[in-house]
Amino acid sequence: MSANTAAVERYRNSFLKEVEANVEEGNWVKMCMQCGVCSGSCPFGPHWDHPPQELFMMIRAGKREEVLTSSSMWMCTSCYNCIARCPRELPITHIMHGLANYAHRLGIAPKNQPTRKFAKMFWDNLSKKGRVNELKLGVSLYFMNGFVSGIKTAIAALPIGIGMYKTKRLNPMEYFGGHGVKDTSGLHAILKKAREIEDAKMKKF
Amino acid sequence: MAKKEYSFYPGCSSQKLASGSNYQTAVDSMCDVLDIKLNTIPDWNCCAASIGYAEGGELPRLALSARNLALSEQANPGQDVVATCAACWLATRETKERLHHSDSLMKETNEALAAAGLKVKADQNVRHMVEVLVEDIGYEEMGKHVKKPLEGIKIAGYVGCQTNRPFGISGESFENPKYLDKLVETMGAQPVDNYDKKVSCCGGALAFSEPEKSQALIKDIIEAAYDGGADMIVTPCPVCQMNVEIYQNDINAKYKTKFKIPVVYYSTLMSVAYGKNAKQAGLDGLVIQAKQLNDIAAK
Ligand code: SF4
Ligand code: SF4
Repeated sequence: MSANTAAVERYRNSFLKEVEANVEEGNWVKMCMQCGVCSGSCPFGPHWDHPPQELFMMIRAGKREEVLTSSSMWMCTSCYNCIARCPRELPITHIMHGLANYAHRLGIAPKNQPTRKFAKMFWDNLSKKGRVNELKLGVSLYFMNGFVSGIKTAIAALPIGIGMYKTKRLNPMEYFGGHGVKDTSGLHAILKKAREIEDAKMKKF
Repeated sequence: MAKKEYSFYPGCSSQKLASGSNYQTAVDSMCDVLDIKLNTIPDWNCCAASIGYAEGGELPRLALSARNLALSEQANPGQDVVATCAACWLATRETKERLHHSDSLMKETNEALAAAGLKVKADQNVRHMVEVLVEDIGYEEMGKHVKKPLEGIKIAGYVGCQTNRPFGISGESFENPKYLDKLVETMGAQPVDNYDKKVSCCGGALAFSEPEKSQALIKDIIEAAYDGGADMIVTPCPVCQMNVEIYQNDINAKYKTKFKIPVVYYSTLMSVAYGKNAKQAGLDGLVIQAKQLNDIAAK
């Protein structure tokens, strides 16, 4: 049984309960009073199919599939406008991140969502060596959508790369080694343990 | 003046030959003049920025920042942690507050850290470099060291998102924080009044994954600076700096604009005003050269 089917079985009656149990800061959702202030705050506003306020309403209405497969929360730029303005002080940014992460873990987030792919690359990049290698990140980014479009993006971005290289802000040697922490094994052990604890929590509910 | 010491969290973009390396150069020059000593946290790691969430989830992400805090407590006990990057600062400070807010998170985080023999209390302050300047040094003291006032330069103070929200700088409003403008004035330059994109979003990390949508935001940020008569833009954030600087050609091609405005750090301005040369001020690291600053630095 997939993680998604298991979750559906377990929370048959309440998507709100499922969100409260499994989504970062999800227990705040019920505090929303639907004023709409957050929805007017997102920089990518027109590109959200369902702005935050609507997502909160849909969660309460049990629209599980529609919420979790939506690209909306992937539009969050982490600008914190909403948090600064929400009259109920909901940590909206984190709930958006939490919903995205939950959908991603269940494997039902939109497949080709560019921010989903980028976020995964970013994490893979940093968790390997403990620090971000901007060049490798950049290279995988260009090839994110496949080889041909990768070449196209790489060429389009070439002047940027060259400008950064000339000013010593992009290091080609990084690709072969470069930045990282010394205690990689310690770092990996911490991340592994943290992941185990988090996964165990999810199973418990 | 007694030397001020802090536990310093540089962050990935500040590394040698990375995108914000010229920020670090200017910060070092500025701290040298102000007699600030930065003790780098040994073996610090990435904070996961605001994009690590999708794969990282909650606890692994918090554990990353907690490791930095733990190493700081070990090596630089009693010292405030200071970051120069908005995302680093935010992630670290958020972690500190979350750990204190929830006993179970504190316990789980320490369980994870124990895998590498570490332990965190997270009882130190976590601050942005700008807070150190404004609160610990003060405008008056900052002004005293000006050797070459940046006369005749008009500058749009672009504060951006994460230096401003959700924490911000104490005593400032979210909608119209004034500290960058005051800093510009203190260095002898002229701030743009009512810069109306001052706290707007540049797209942040999504400039990579959603370039078109982000560049539309960046275009407005630059346009508003030009509308205010700005010669250049100043920012406290390496993500803002990079996004607003390096996409100007792409934006010009797409929107038929003619943008070519330098984007500098507060520390760049301060280093030049304090009499440092172009290299020490990190001016050679700009993709769009700031001619007026180069001229002053060469004088
Ligand atoms: S601003 Fe807060 S209370 Fe208002 S709709 Fe958004 S989350 Fe709900
Ligand atoms: S942090 Fe995310 S949800 Fe909040 S206003 Fe910004 S984009 Fe919208």
